[in-house]
Amino acid sequence: MGLLLLFNAFNGLIQGAFYALMALGLALILGLNNTINFAQGAFMALAAYFAFTLTPYVGFWGGLIIAPLLAGALGLAIETSLIRRLYNRKDPIYTLLLTFGLAFIMQDMIRTIWGAQGKPLEIPQFLNQPLSSTYFFLTGYRLFVVGVALVGTAALFGVLRFTRIGIRIRAGNSDLETISALGVNIYLLRSANFVIGIVFAGVAGILAAGQLGLNPNMGDALIMPAFVAIVVGGVGSLVGSLLGGLIIGLASGITTAFYPAASEVVIYIIMGVMLVVRPRGLMGQEGLFE
Amino acid sequence: MSTDLATETARTAPQARTGMSRRTIGNVVLGVVLLTVPLWLPLVGGYTDLASRVLIYALAAMGLNLLLGFTGGLSFGHAAYFGLGAYGVGLMLKYETHSLFLALGVGTLVGGLAATLLGPIAVRRRGIYFSMITIAIGQMFYFIAIRWNTLTGGYDGLSGFARPKFAGPGHLLSMGPTGMYYLVLAAFAIAALLLWIVLNAPLGHAFVAIRENHKRLTFLGVSTQRYIAISFAISGFIAALAGGLNALLDGFASPNLLNYSMSGDFLIIAVLGGMRNFYGPLAGAVIFVLVRDYVSSVTDNWMSVIGLVFVVSVIFFPMGVLGFFNRKSGS
Repeated sequence: MGLLLLFNAFNGLIQGAFYALMALGLALILGLNNTINFAQGAFMALAAYFAFTLTPYVGFWGGLIIAPLLAGALGLAIETSLIRRLYNRKDPIYTLLLTFGLAFIMQDMIRTIWGAQGKPLEIPQFLNQPLSSTYFFLTGYRLFVVGVALVGTAALFGVLRFTRIGIRIRAGNSDLETISALGVNIYLLRSANFVIGIVFAGVAGILAAGQLGLNPNMGDALIMPAFVAIVVGGVGSLVGSLLGGLIIGLASGITTAFYPAASEVVIYIIMGVMLVVRPRGLMGQEGLFE
Repeated sequence: MSTDLATETARTAPQARTGMSRRTIGNVVLGVVLLTVPLWLPLVGGYTDLASRVLIYALAAMGLNLLLGFTGGLSFGHAAYFGLGAYGVGLMLKYETHSLFLALGVGTLVGGLAATLLGPIAVRRRGIYFSMITIAIGQMFYFIAIRWNTLTGGYDGLSGFARPKFAGPGHLLSMGPTGMYYLVLAAFAIAALLLWIVLNAPLGHAFVAIRENHKRLTFLGVSTQRYIAISFAISGFIAALAGGLNALLDGFASPNLLNYSMSGDFLIIAVLGGMRNFYGPLAGAVIFVLVRDYVSSVTDNWMSVIGLVFVVSVIFFPMGVLGFFNRKSGS
């Protein structure tokens, strides 16, 4: 039992790293673009399908790099043509429903182009080898997912901390009006931020597809844990979202050991408890977006 | 935009006494149109069950709109209470009773009580945060419905219950499509009346005041959280009633009724029709259900069309079709 528990906890942490990767993209867009991007899941699926189509030509690695950028380009087009129009509407319902509708359209397009059947995404042979076949049944791919999540997170925090655009994004998060008055083109900044968030979604989507395979609705199941991660971690804090992702992954892993049927529900229970005990989340700022 | 909103509100708020007679005439016309649906709908190529569906969605969206349009709380999780109502009715009819009204009552109570108990958790935060919490709470029920196979039928949904007849003298009304329609219409009328009374009572004024200036009410010593929770509970009861009727109409309850995409449907119905208008959700439901019914019969890509409805109504009709026409006639 002890080993099984440890194994499930470990698996949960790996899953949590993945949730964290998704939550980061969502939290980034929520922060500066003031948008709950419901289409995030559809962008994930789209990037995965791009990778699926590209893999025969550029290989898995090429796909892993190019496909998220393609998704980002589409994200840029959508942000500048549609989402941007809604920034000065105070009520969040409009961007919510807009991205919700966009998710419908994108899902339907994927189904029309690539078909409703699930497809496998080829991953390099050496990543598929089990590293250990005892209790810790672990393929190299899962470790690879954690590695990408780590690198991605480190890169994001590096950009936010040390580059000009990163500093502007952080400044914009705390006071958009002021940095606009200081001469920063906030429309450009918000577009850039949106694209970064979508690229993160794209990478997460491809990683998920390598493990679970492709299907047009794949994003649906993945976006909810990302929401919960943000709420648990605290809106407005990227570190919080990261922690939130790890915590719910771990909790869901441990629950799997005892009562598998509750492995999905448990994350919502954690969220409920968190809201009662500490409504602003682990590291959230008081009164943000309210 | 915000000034637009304010004038819009002033003109269409239910407490506006001017144009009372026009409103009465409007209500009578609406009543006559709705009462005679089974007579004229087949003539224009519709079928009665479609009208029942429109009214059920309109009922759920009107309930949601008490919270959304009049209290300013963006819940993305009302499908949960709708679905709980549906499962409540289905389970009652399958295992416990053959009484229509008992089943409907229990279903409404189950969904409504869930909203009453969970609302206070959600209202601890406002704005986008509130939406994310409501959606997550809703998804919890979705996953429970999927995983609790033995009770709910899991992914396949709950079936094996039939629509009972009215327990009236000599079963005067069988529950064919027409009987079902009038049951839905009666529920719709009662709920609409109830909402109207609430909105014109001090309680309703408090809701609107919270929507307009939440901070100011807090300064005045009003416990806004409590009021939003009350609004949440009422709208949850109405959503559950609609869900119960939906289960009767279909003889089936699917876990998709609990899913957040269903909540999205109710929201777009309210926004599309006009969320500052009392009857906005009814107009939205007519458009949404008819478009979906027609488009899904002619193309496989109906999801794209529905998505387009979302995009177009958000970009071009932020005040909904009723708001759009009101503004035109007003200016």
